[in-house]
Amino acid sequence: MKIIACIKQVPDTEARVKAEGGKVTWGEAALVINPFDEYAMEGALLQKEATNGTVTALCIGPESAREALKHALAMGADDAILVSDPALTTLDTQGAARILAAAIQKIGGVDMVVFGRQSLDDGSGLTAAQTARVLGWPMLGLAGQIKVEAGSVRAARVIEEGRQNVRAKLPAVVSVVQSIGEPRYPSFMGIRRASKAEIPVWSLKDLGLSAPAQLVSRSEFLTPPSRDVSCEIITGASPAEIADKLADKILAEKVL
Amino acid sequence: MKTLVYIDHFKGQVQAASWEALGVAKGLGGSTSHTTTAVIFGSGLDSLTKAAFEFGADEVLVADDPALTDYRAEAYASTLAALAFTRSPDLILFPTSARTRELAAMTAIDLQTGVLVDLTGLSIEGNKLVGTRPIYEGKLNERVVCSGKPVIATLRGRAFPRPAQDKSKGGAAAKVEAKTESPTTVEGYEMAEAAVSLTDSGVVVSGGRGVSNNPSLTPPAGLDEKQAEIWRAQQGFKLVGDLASVLGGAVGASRAAVDAGYIPYSNQVGQTGKTVAPDLYIACGISGAIQHIAGIRSAKMVVAINKDPDAPIFKVARYGVVGDLFQIVPALTEAFKNKLGK
Repeated sequence: MKIIACIKQVPDTEARVKAEGGKVTWGEAALVINPFDEYAMEGALLQKEATNGTVTALCIGPESAREALKHALAMGADDAILVSDPALTTLDTQGAARILAAAIQKIGGVDMVVFGRQSLDDGSGLTAAQTARVLGWPMLGLAGQIKVEAGSVRAARVIEEGRQNVRAKLPAVVSVVQSIGEPRYPSFMGIRRASKAEIPVWSLKDLGLSAPAQLVSRSEFLTPPSRDVSCEIITGASPAEIADKLADKILAEKVL
Repeated sequence: MKTLVYIDHFKGQVQAASWEALGVAKGLGGSTSHTTTAVIFGSGLDSLTKAAFEFGADEVLVADDPALTDYRAEAYASTLAALAFTRSPDLILFPTSARTRELAAMTAIDLQTGVLVDLTGLSIEGNKLVGTRPIYEGKLNERVVCSGKPVIATLRGRAFPRPAQDKSKGGAAAKVEAKTESPTTVEGYEMAEAAVSLTDSGVVVSGGRGVSNNPSLTPPAGLDEKQAEIWRAQQGFKLVGDLASVLGGAVGASRAAVDAGYIPYSNQVGQTGKTVAPDLYIACGISGAIQHIAGIRSAKMVVAINKDPDAPIFKVARYGVVGDLFQIVPALTEAFKNKLGK
């Protein structure tokens, strides 16, 4: 089975992200593979193992995004493709979906595309469903488990209300949540292989596309008001006394 | 302005933020002529229709079809896109949920427009709709506009006021055509126990790794070490659940507790879990990793109970108790039972 894992590069979760001069900055913090996409890689690799298939990691980004693809290669992807083009500075999710769909079509013969639930930076969680819609393929969103059998994929979708079990014919797009399995650590051999791997770069021209129209644009970044709280520690002679005082404090705040 | 408001529900159980979206749509109209149209898909939609009128819809459109009983993204998106083609609204609003993210995403592709997702603010400035949304896990906000038509936006639950319900209101829904074709088949459900929704709830009580550390418990014989740990944690989560229950709230968990297998992933609050915005968030045995704190940034008030006085959770808490959660949490449940007369 031919599997594509779509990944993105984002600032590390520990980064102190700030708005400065109308731009987002994160200081010296590292750029990493989007943590949700590590689950996408894990989901893709589990299916690769179950079906004796291949995994191609696919990423849209600047040259620096090679590092995220190398992480995917080190985890066990067979190859990686970077879509990069100077015209892609302001891309919204539907634009990204159109580009990913074109790249998936260009790769050809793809059975399954796996996404993480959302990116950590923008956090829209739209791109997987939009890519599926552009491709005209079924979308199995938020899968906690995937099973491929006889040209179909079954997924247990983790929804607010429990689990919804769905099935669709391949090819299909799947997004995964963390119950898919803890992402494996890159092996020493994997890291060596990744460091030597050639990662082809596809431009928009290679995909036969012009830069997609930007339909969503950001006008401004704002720093959220800081949370000025000083914590009042409640003490007392016994748990009951502490609880009594705390309950009174909470009730006085009128938050119930 | 013509606004369609998508009423999100699961088998007739409405996601309450749908009404908040109706309220936002009404408020955006200002003095100009505008209509707020509620849109409901599924089967057997009479009580939802009535409720949509009660919460302020000017009209209600339903695609009421047995084939739409189960939510399937493709069929719902096709139905909505077809409806939007004929009605040409200026704005389609959704409450943010796992379903509506998909639905808004696909509908936007069909209508060749963009989605402003998970907004915490929406206003008209000049003649433009401007949304505000948190990014980088709430570390920043951005202001966003959509140049396509209609503007599609999803609104974060509890970020907007709930409109008053007027029980005297009612009306008949107009039927619209259901597009029932879908490449996905629903084979069934495994329902979680009926629980208060984390993202909708005004109160969330969460447990962390600390809930498994009750030394006074003796696990049943025959469990190995890991099983005994999970058994202990489940007893701990019972205490958390009791407190949530007396406050009418939902049960959450830290990533550490989920990773350790104490509680399902669907309860997880924080970076890779759910973002919650309750009025009151009580963290029990949660140290407060940066990712967890990002997930509770919108909580109005945080209360922390932890035995470690240096736990970072106290930095975002209004009230804290440094102590044994296995004593404090049940005592707090009792105190609220008495004070709230339950």
